[in-house]
Amino acid sequence: MDLSFTPEQIAFRDEVRAWIREAMPPRIREKADVDGHFEHDEIMEWHRILYAKGWVAPHWPAEWGGAGLDVTRRFILTEELELAGAPALSPFGLTMVGPLILQFGSDAQRRRFLPKILAGEEVWCQGYSEPNAGSDLASLKLSAEPDGKGNYILNGQKTWTTYAQYADWIFVLARTDKTAKKQSGISFFLVDMKTPGVTARPTLTIAGTPAFCDTFFENVVVPAENLVGPLHGGWTLAKALLGHERTYIAAVGLSTRTLRRVKRIAAATKEKGVPLIDVPAWRARIARMEIELWALKMANYRAIASAELGHAPGAESSILKIRGSEIMQQMYELAMDLMGHDSLSWHNEPGTIPEAEASIPPQFNYARAASIYGGSNEIQKNVIAKAILGLPS
Amino acid sequence: MNFDLTPDQKLLESTVASFVKKESPVTRFRALREDPVGYSKSLWKTMAELGWIGLAFPESAGGLGGSFVDVAILLEQFGAGLLPEPYVASVLSAGTAILRAGSAEQHEAFLAPLLAGDTSLALAWAERGGRYDPTWVETAATKKGDDYVLQGEKIFVQNGHAADVIVVSARTAGAPGDSDGISLFVLPRETEGLRITPVKTMDGQRAAMIKLDGVIVPGASRLGPEGAAAPVLDEIMDLGAAAACAEGLGVMRAALAMTVDYLKTREQFGMKIGTFQALQHRAVDMFIRTELAKSTSILASIKVSDPDPAARRFAVSAAKVELAICGRYVTQQAIQLHGGIGITDEHDIGLYFKRMHVLNALFGDEEHHLARFAAQPAF
Repeated sequence: MDLSFTPEQIAFRDEVRAWIREAMPPRIREKADVDGHFEHDEIMEWHRILYAKGWVAPHWPAEWGGAGLDVTRRFILTEELELAGAPALSPFGLTMVGPLILQFGSDAQRRRFLPKILAGEEVWCQGYSEPNAGSDLASLKLSAEPDGKGNYILNGQKTWTTYAQYADWIFVLARTDKTAKKQSGISFFLVDMKTPGVTARPTLTIAGTPAFCDTFFENVVVPAENLVGPLHGGWTLAKALLGHERTYIAAVGLSTRTLRRVKRIAAATKEKGVPLIDVPAWRARIARMEIELWALKMANYRAIASAELGHAPGAESSILKIRGSEIMQQMYELAMDLMGHDSLSWHNEPGTIPEAEASIPPQFNYARAASIYGGSNEIQKNVIAKAILGLPS
Repeated sequence: MNFDLTPDQKLLESTVASFVKKESPVTRFRALREDPVGYSKSLWKTMAELGWIGLAFPESAGGLGGSFVDVAILLEQFGAGLLPEPYVASVLSAGTAILRAGSAEQHEAFLAPLLAGDTSLALAWAERGGRYDPTWVETAATKKGDDYVLQGEKIFVQNGHAADVIVVSARTAGAPGDSDGISLFVLPRETEGLRITPVKTMDGQRAAMIKLDGVIVPGASRLGPEGAAAPVLDEIMDLGAAAACAEGLGVMRAALAMTVDYLKTREQFGMKIGTFQALQHRAVDMFIRTELAKSTSILASIKVSDPDPAARRFAVSAAKVELAICGRYVTQQAIQLHGGIGITDEHDIGLYFKRMHVLNALFGDEEHHLARFAAQPAF
């Protein structure tokens, strides 16, 4: 066993750190320092900066513009970006549909779509869930019927199409065979959001920001060349997507950064003249949180090391998803508790509460989504029960 | 022992429940989130006419002479319907301050219009450096002839954005943290130098940050003897915490009911998700937590009127900690079991989650009450 990074890996980490300091525009830096909310244009600005550096898609193969980094370096890069508070890039193109097109798409599809994802010229969103197909995704109903002229006609609704209001393209799972077993009649399509009949309606989340959308399809004409993988073979792609890059799902970098914020708030917040970080009860609670985070971090390292040895990521990524989301939620809860009355503040004018705290209340709310999206924690537990513990279904 | 409500209390409970259902469905609260006041002054008047504002005030002050258990019955139903009218701020906080410390003239001037539903009040006590300790008063009240000059800052004053009259704690002697030397002053909203900045709170309600910038108040605006307000504030903190427990119980019960309903109707994998044993057990845990919070809330409701502050503190701190543990669990799991729809603003369940956080953060959070519980001489 060797739990340390190699000197080369440490040198890479230092290089990444120095570059981020250098490359981050002042306007983004200011928000990153207080973990502010990034607007879409700021996210895309940072996307283009990473693109210019060649680090925007570290997990893509070098021939398609990836950074050509091994698993550990990719993890280091991701963690450093999260630690620096850099804007989180839209994952829908880079980590979701991009790798699927690489794996299952035609050459023509790769040439058409991948360079624009990489350059940030086309923004994507995901059309998986429907109002009646959440955890039971395979029961989805968006229909895709051939029109006999080389097109498919899409009708139905997708929900939780996060940031669809900014997207140029959406990838959808649609039903192409209503008679087959439910997993066997699904196909994977790429749909231009500008196609007549596509409507995205943003909805507010409990964080008070419009992240979600409902996206409606009304007689939307999609050319057959936008079908990825085999007809009726979309479920294979859906499952493959879940296996992609699960080592990032624990959000260790984000939680490490939130812990740092927790400590800062605890040092700046006084009770009767004493900083909370010096009050034993608060200190113990922060320490417990940090230890839980370390356990997650080491579990994450183990998963990465295993991936580096060429083992396919298995059901253990479900452990990371469950604990990662729980720890993220508890970390924000701790920050809120430390803030006391300030935690009541909701989207007020700057200066109402200390700037370093201002984004915590919405984040505390939105963190509740982390145990629901990407396969709810209940579904993850089903996966572990069956795939790891071998319990009967 | 007898945990049953009296017939009169049962009648009150069903009256309030149907009032909230009819007059204050959650759709009303949703619309009021956009309103600068955030509640309805005409509904406030109706509540006064029903006798609810004066419910626990003594008959000598124009009230009905009810107990805090009666008040808790109201608050539980208010919590279930997310009713935003400022009962705790006006009645239990500022109202109690005036009742306990004020003179007969002050009762007449400020309590009579409150009980008639013509005004609402606020109590400005919290300061940034003191967290939940009402004796941490940096705001200074300096004597100048027959007047006082008030200088300082109060944060997140409940109903401070809309109150007609604001009761302010200020130090006439001593240092922050001293029990002695705290005085209460009663200020009309229009008082010169009173800078009121409305702020939004997470639960869709409003409050105010208040700066006192050389505010001159006549000596006659002081409530009670100079420097002796700490015991009154201490009692109000306990009333507020017990109120949060009662209201929180209503929040939890509503969140549980909505969730159970959802489990019975939502279908995935070809069946009601309520048939999944893992989810049944979760709902049962939510139910158990709600029952425990109810049990400690009852204890707090009875003991909060105990003349012995130690007995009061024990029960109220226990109940507030239990509220934090149970309320948080129930509202978090309520969102979780609703899935994605629970993360949207358009679904009501998130409103209950937010209100529960606010109730946890008001009148002492979990850590504050744990520390206070452990600091009892008898611990």
